[in-house]
Amino acid sequence: MSAAAVTTERSLSDVLVSPIRRNTWVLALLGLLAVLLVFTKLIQPSYGLAGVQGLGISILPLAFAAVAQAVVVIAGGVDLSIGSVMALTSVIAASLMEGQSDAFGVAVVVGVLLLGVVIGTTNGALVVITRVPDIVVTLAMSFVWAGCALLVRSAPGGAASPWLLNLVIGPFGNPWIPKAAIVLVVIVAIIWIPVARGRFGLSLYAVGSNQLAAFRSGVSIGRTKVLAYALTGLFATLAGLSLTASTSIGTPVPGPYTLESVAAVVLGGVSLAGGRGGVFGPIVAVVVLQIIQNDMTFLNVDPNYALVAQGVILIGVLVFGSVIEIRRARR
Amino acid sequence: MLGTPVFAGVPSVSATGMVLMSPTTTGLLLEATGVSKTYGAVVALKSASLAVQPGEVHALMGANGAGKSTLVKILTGAIRPESGRIAVHGRERTVHSPAEARRSGLVSVYQEPSVIPDLDIRANLRLTETPLEPFRQWVHDLGLKNLDLSRLARRLPLASLRIIDLARALAIEPDVLMLDEMTAALPANLTERVLEVIGLQRGGERSVVFISHRMIEIAAVCDRATVLREGETVGVVDVTAGTEERIVELMLGSIVEGLPERAGETSTPAAGTAAPRLTVRGIAVGQKLRDASFELRSGEVLGVVALEGQGQDELFDVLSGSERPSGGELLVDGKPASFGHPADAIRAGVVYVASDRAEALLMQRSVRENIALPFITRIRRWGPIDLPAERRTVDAAVKRLQIDVRAGNEVRRLSGGNQQKVTIARWVAGGVHVLLCFDPTRGIDILTKQQIYVLLRDLAEAGAGVLLYTSELKEVQLVCDRAVVIFGGRIVKELVGAEADEAQLLRAAYHLRSGAVMPEEAAGAAVESATGDIREAGAPKDEAEIQA
Amino acid sequence: MSASVRTNQWLSVVGWRGLFRDRPIIPLIGLLGVLIVAIELADPGIVGPEWAGVIVRASVPLAILGGCQTLAMLTGGIDLSVAAVASMSGFVTATLLHSPGGVAQGIIVVLVVAAVAGLLNGIGIGVFRVHPLIMTLGMSFVVLGLANVWQLQNVQTGAGVPDSLRWIGSTTFADVVPYNLLVFIPLTALILVGLRRTGYGRLLYAIGDNPVAARLSGTRAWQVLIVLYVISAVMAAIAGLLISGLTNTASVSLVDASLLPSVAAAVIGGTSILGGRGGFGGTIVGALILTVLTALLTVLGLPEPSRQVLFGAIIVVVAAAYTRVTAET
Repeated sequence: MSAAAVTTERSLSDVLVSPIRRNTWVLALLGLLAVLLVFTKLIQPSYGLAGVQGLGISILPLAFAAVAQAVVVIAGGVDLSIGSVMALTSVIAASLMEGQSDAFGVAVVVGVLLLGVVIGTTNGALVVITRVPDIVVTLAMSFVWAGCALLVRSAPGGAASPWLLNLVIGPFGNPWIPKAAIVLVVIVAIIWIPVARGRFGLSLYAVGSNQLAAFRSGVSIGRTKVLAYALTGLFATLAGLSLTASTSIGTPVPGPYTLESVAAVVLGGVSLAGGRGGVFGPIVAVVVLQIIQNDMTFLNVDPNYALVAQGVILIGVLVFGSVIEIRRARR
Repeated sequence: MLGTPVFAGVPSVSATGMVLMSPTTTGLLLEATGVSKTYGAVVALKSASLAVQPGEVHALMGANGAGKSTLVKILTGAIRPESGRIAVHGRERTVHSPAEARRSGLVSVYQEPSVIPDLDIRANLRLTETPLEPFRQWVHDLGLKNLDLSRLARRLPLASLRIIDLARALAIEPDVLMLDEMTAALPANLTERVLEVIGLQRGGERSVVFISHRMIEIAAVCDRATVLREGETVGVVDVTAGTEERIVELMLGSIVEGLPERAGETSTPAAGTAAPRLTVRGIAVGQKLRDASFELRSGEVLGVVALEGQGQDELFDVLSGSERPSGGELLVDGKPASFGHPADAIRAGVVYVASDRAEALLMQRSVRENIALPFITRIRRWGPIDLPAERRTVDAAVKRLQIDVRAGNEVRRLSGGNQQKVTIARWVAGGVHVLLCFDPTRGIDILTKQQIYVLLRDLAEAGAGVLLYTSELKEVQLVCDRAVVIFGGRIVKELVGAEADEAQLLRAAYHLRSGAVMPEEAAGAAVESATGDIREAGAPKDEAEIQA
Repeated sequence: MSASVRTNQWLSVVGWRGLFRDRPIIPLIGLLGVLIVAIELADPGIVGPEWAGVIVRASVPLAILGGCQTLAMLTGGIDLSVAAVASMSGFVTATLLHSPGGVAQGIIVVLVVAAVAGLLNGIGIGVFRVHPLIMTLGMSFVVLGLANVWQLQNVQTGAGVPDSLRWIGSTTFADVVPYNLLVFIPLTALILVGLRRTGYGRLLYAIGDNPVAARLSGTRAWQVLIVLYVISAVMAAIAGLLISGLTNTASVSLVDASLLPSVAAAVIGGTSILGGRGGFGGTIVGALILTVLTALLTVLGLPEPSRQVLFGAIIVVVAAAYTRVTAET
């Protein structure tokens, strides 16, 4: 046998290039975000404090929903019940908090978050036990959770505790920093960073990347999937609570959040095939989408074109992405 | 056929007689008895047993569908048996998952790599809690150089992944290491390293269970062999110089047949003047394949021999229309051809049989739909199907290839050999001018192999040209009229079938001069070019052209 | 595996399990029968020819939309733009009522628009390999947005559902046989024969079962997919016309609520969302089951929310049953 030592050192170019290459998508999104902000300032010179504050609060529910979707998509699933779970947790929170003390409100929030974990665990357990494709199970469960929301409350109503409103509305210290952004970043960081660093995070990516290989590597597929859905349930509940906080009522009819969260996740660089991406990209994607919508308002474009634009952007970006991918494969 | 020990340096096996069933039940490292498993109507294992003593390399043998892989998967918890008893060190164990099997000291390297493609190697090791230093040592011992642990697994070639899999298994020091067709996808040089490492496991505390279709490997490293037939253990044999025939006999059961003989007639020298079916002139694919030129004539079987990753994949991709060449020209029956899609190649009569059945078959559809698939792909064939005509064509193909269609409602329920026959029948049914076969007999049993050899010769007799890439060098002498050897993206040698014995081919595959002994450096360089960085894999290593 | 499976391996495989796997439509019809019996027990005398007519009439548009999903799902795809296309179709036809060409012109316009939407879907999915879920989702945003713009511009002209659509969508022959069968029966025959007896139908299954194998056998998947999504969008437009006739409503969000049920009908009918397995016959029964179920729950006096919960539960149970019998291990 040859006596040469195994070289496992990373070359300098790898150290410098590989993080950039691995995060090209998110970096490109951030670039787009910067361009959009400049563009917004150009078309609407008065865009400033109010705009940024409004942006913060308006993205919050979808941002949490996108994070929720990202977690489960990374693990190779998809959750079509996120919108329904948001509606359910939102009405429960609003109904329970109405006219109650702050302390009770805190208890409600904690309780509802636990409920969200239970809901997510139920979704995940059904996916694992029945072995029915995720998309079908969560589609079916979206009926179930939406039905439950209507059982709780048949019409929009209830109220959010004042402290909950204060938590997300208004600036944080510096007037340019919306509280909502801080809440988003802090909560996502607190939950996601330990997960991504730990073995569970590896398992998430492993299961999404290649189930058979993950199983043979000693990962418990079932447990990982259930935990992924539980985490998604938790984030979806945070989205539901921020919906209550930003509108100060609970609405039992699911908004467009499910499909928009899928769109945001994909725009954010998470592969629907699983195993690739993170939660930061989808958040940036949500901000980008929201700014585009605002810009169209500033430009006096019929708001309906915003919907068209969203569709065109979604398709356009993906076509662009796959053209690059196809080209790279050709080379 | 089995007489030439290619793998020097492996201790020879002491000759003892053949013993049926486990000789001693004391001191066994692993003992499995009465293991059974069924998939729907298909019985994969009826009653299998396996007894492994400490310090032995134990072969698990059997024809395709005999249940070898199933048994290994059961022993390592990848699937659950319906019945049976598994004991490790004499203590009964349940193994419900690979993780649990691992805690009992049972670890397997499966046929497909179990590395997570979207994680880098370091994360993969962390996921399996593999100690880093032993892993590095084993990777080194197995001959894989310059492995960058921060590379994403999906960017590494298959052979490297297999080595990583094996090194990872060795690093956690299992009591029993099971290798399921470990060498099937490896180039000869890496195979040799792997066999060496396996040989070193002998005589210690630990054991290896080794599955391979290559008898020569069994003879080289194994002490004993357990033979399975149709899901049952039919015998345990000491592997010695004379027992190969006995093992084959056990594998085949009542059909006592030797190893395959040369299939069909060698074509007469006149075939050398027959019309060329396929003319390849200066075909290139980036840096991976350069200036490949050869002629494939009507009535001829032309072998292609190469170590892993020398450009043969690209050559077949170009010829089958999966990839456009970056240069050169193709002529089919004398007419220039340019393929942008497999459909173009098929229309020109150039068809492709892959080694991986999962790549070629509609697993949930019937044998008939699978065979008839190429007939309907063109837009003008999208209309109504002439069912009686289709049935006639398909039945003729099924009969010609002797496909067992009893489980033909869904192809996934057929055995591996039968599945491979279906992929070939698809083209035979439609008539072929040029048949491209990429390792068509990989991992299938000896009987089916023999049938495929005969079929390839028959097709050639009937006027087709057959291009056969094979990783089993023996096949060149058995089936081919001529063979070309590819090294570093170039065709480096052409041999006449009869003179192409394994030693000749191997030397040519390493790009060594005839009669030279393979030097260590050249082997190392070939390993590197075969398994190193994809981006650099195409660059030919001039050092390999060393004279001895 | 449990002991029972072992004891009667042969019987169990060839018996109910094999039946469910190879002829899923028979147990499905059984389930439909059970539901009908249940509704008769809950409200004696309700089941009769007229009742059946009402059920069929309501099921037809859902079955067509389910057919869109079935075809897409056979290739391993899904079409989330059917609801937007169907709503657009009913709505735009209504706004074009007073145009020179009348209803005929309206229908031609919406079919062409639908075909264009389908074509774009097909190009995105087939040529640019965008995930079907995302491509059709994006397309639904585009169609819905444009329909909204159209609505704002035509708000003063007013929109009414044309009489001819009301006739075919909601009236019945002899109070029993709904006229929408005039559209549905030829369409069904076309799809059933197309899937079983044509090369194109086989290719749908082939692409869904194993895209690599289909390609290596010479299939150009993009051709198949473009045609597929055009067919799907045109079928969705037809369903939209029938729905707007049935409900006598023209609204840009009319069909939204049927999107998920259309997927559910295909899933209950035994079409695998992973591709390569299923058929339109099952989807029709699936649509009937969903409609009868809704009727049953109404008869039982269950409020809408409970109905939704039960709906979801049944989809999970049926899909789980399929997965059990078709699984290899």
